[in-house]
Amino acid sequence: MKRFLGFVKKEFLHIFRDYRTLIILFGIPVAQILIFGFAVSTEIKNAGIAFLDLSHDEITQKLTNKIVSSDFFRKTEDLLSYNDIDRAFKKGMTKAVIVYERDLGSKLMKEGKASVSIITDGSEPNVATLITNYTFAIINDFNRDMNRTAGNNSILIQPEVKMLYNPELKSHFMFVPGVITLILILICALMTSVTITREKEFGTMEVLLVSPLKPIQIILGKVAPYFLLSFLNVIVILVMSWLVFGLPVKGSLALLLVLTMLYILMSLSLGILISTVSKTMQQAMFISFIGLMLPTILLSGFIYPIENMPKIYDYVSMIVPPRYFIIIIKSIMIKGTGILFIWKETLILLLMTALFIGVSVRKFKVRLQ
Amino acid sequence: MQTVVESTGICKSFGETRALKNISFTVDESDIFGFIGPDGAGKTTLFRILTTLMLPEEGTMTVLGLDTVKGFKELRKNIGYMPGRFSLYQDLTVEENLKFYATVFGTSIKENYDLISDIYSHIEPFKDKLAGKLSGGMKQKLALSCALIHKPKILVLDEPTTGVDAVSRAEFWIMLKKLRDHKITIIVSTPYMDEAMRCDKVALIQNGTILAINQPIKIKEGFSRKLYSVKADEKYKLLLALKKYPKTSSVWPFGDSVHLTVNEEDPEESVKSFLEKEGVKYPEINLTEAGIEDRFLELMKSENG
Repeated sequence: MKRFLGFVKKEFLHIFRDYRTLIILFGIPVAQILIFGFAVSTEIKNAGIAFLDLSHDEITQKLTNKIVSSDFFRKTEDLLSYNDIDRAFKKGMTKAVIVYERDLGSKLMKEGKASVSIITDGSEPNVATLITNYTFAIINDFNRDMNRTAGNNSILIQPEVKMLYNPELKSHFMFVPGVITLILILICALMTSVTITREKEFGTMEVLLVSPLKPIQIILGKVAPYFLLSFLNVIVILVMSWLVFGLPVKGSLALLLVLTMLYILMSLSLGILISTVSKTMQQAMFISFIGLMLPTILLSGFIYPIENMPKIYDYVSMIVPPRYFIIIIKSIMIKGTGILFIWKETLILLLMTALFIGVSVRKFKVRLQ
Repeated sequence: MQTVVESTGICKSFGETRALKNISFTVDESDIFGFIGPDGAGKTTLFRILTTLMLPEEGTMTVLGLDTVKGFKELRKNIGYMPGRFSLYQDLTVEENLKFYATVFGTSIKENYDLISDIYSHIEPFKDKLAGKLSGGMKQKLALSCALIHKPKILVLDEPTTGVDAVSRAEFWIMLKKLRDHKITIIVSTPYMDEAMRCDKVALIQNGTILAINQPIKIKEGFSRKLYSVKADEKYKLLLALKKYPKTSSVWPFGDSVHLTVNEEDPEESVKSFLEKEGVKYPEINLTEAGIEDRFLELMKSENG
């Protein structure tokens, strides 16, 4: 144990003595949170949409068909009451719910006016804004058609928009979870793989191997400081996003922290795995960037919604661990859901962690070559 | 005297290259055993097998009575190893480096201070300096201190004097001699011939083969022929001219002179006149005593030829 603590102490000395490490550890997260506070716009394709039709008449049928027949949306389900809306969103497939008010058809004929509510999921502000704009356009188009066939200009369906979960549509709400996901995989995987390969490159690994230190002690000694620092980092990001953007954690903070630890562990084991296959620091860095950073940014749903991707990327993204963590962290932070809604993702992360640890312990060599 | 290392028929290849071919030797307790050979001779590979870092393809090696393959865990507690590149953490200070290695081996600086005091006292004034900022000689002393801190029974040093100035090299060998009083067996490799004479026993190694193992003085005596040292102003011209001399058996540059063996008795006069005819000015030729390097070059030549 004393040996192990001596090793951990040495690792901390390495970290604190190298200002570049410190910048990566604490400078980048802060910068990214601030930079990503400004959203990036994306396109909508096949977004899941649910209908709550309280009127069930010819006009609502027509409008539903018009909306669904566009390429932008696909119907996920028909809801029966207002109580179903929240449930539909939490399932994750539905990005918006269209609500037709009671007796919409007859009201429209009698008063020439009726309203449709568009309820969107504000935890994905880009998607929400785009869906709103597209539905507006479709409804306006529908109004024009109706008026042309009816021969007067008095009929008007008025769309009303309501955001759930993120009523003010603050876009940085979705970037905070994204940045946490990205930063953790960057620090944990990149830093651990680099620090282990550094020992190989400088020849100190030779002496460590000849010492009575067990491989598991070397690995844990390398990993422990980064585990602590990463966790500290998450807390810094959460506090900062709360202070700067006023973003609260809607769900259970304890659950969020526990699952974050799981994700950190997963990333660290991935880092160890990378170090066992790379001989130089450069190689480790290259694998981390190409193999982890890019997929995390591009394929995890961090910036580009997965449902808009071609199917093939959807499948590829299934082996990208951050994809699952993004769902978990968004659900807890923004929707406030509990473990019941994210147990699948949690399980996948658990299995991935076990797999990576298993493989890296097996691959870690007690000898050179 | 007890045998500490016993190697029988060790072979190791990397792809097509056969790095070690049938290496056998024994090392006695408290000896300084030197492996002398040029770069690429296989010294580092041999040391890595010795320190359990690599597996031999054929043959067995026991160190301190333990097999280097099966007993590696136990063996690693008793080996002090200093790899060719000084394995120091450049961003840690002198003292932090030493402390780290001490804790890793489950000991403290205090506990074994008497063992390293001779060496460490040279660098102790700089203990707060970063290891990366030390000179070659000081790095070497620190690396040696780190390798010794856990009082190993056997110390393996891979080219410890490469890249170190002459004064530090001489000091270093004096320190090694002193370690013998602590019953530490030392195995050391070096590309420098002059260091061979300081070992108790040396093995000449080239292309993965041991050419000779003996006390350095005996190896030197193995040189059976008469050796002449030839000097002239223009060494290169002299060397070319001597190669042309019909009775020349072998010739190689040695320091500021050229060493020569010939197939005739008392060649001084005829060599001199041949050289003058070839346009070499003021040649001098004297009988000289062969050094270990001469023997090594002779062995290399017979091996290659």
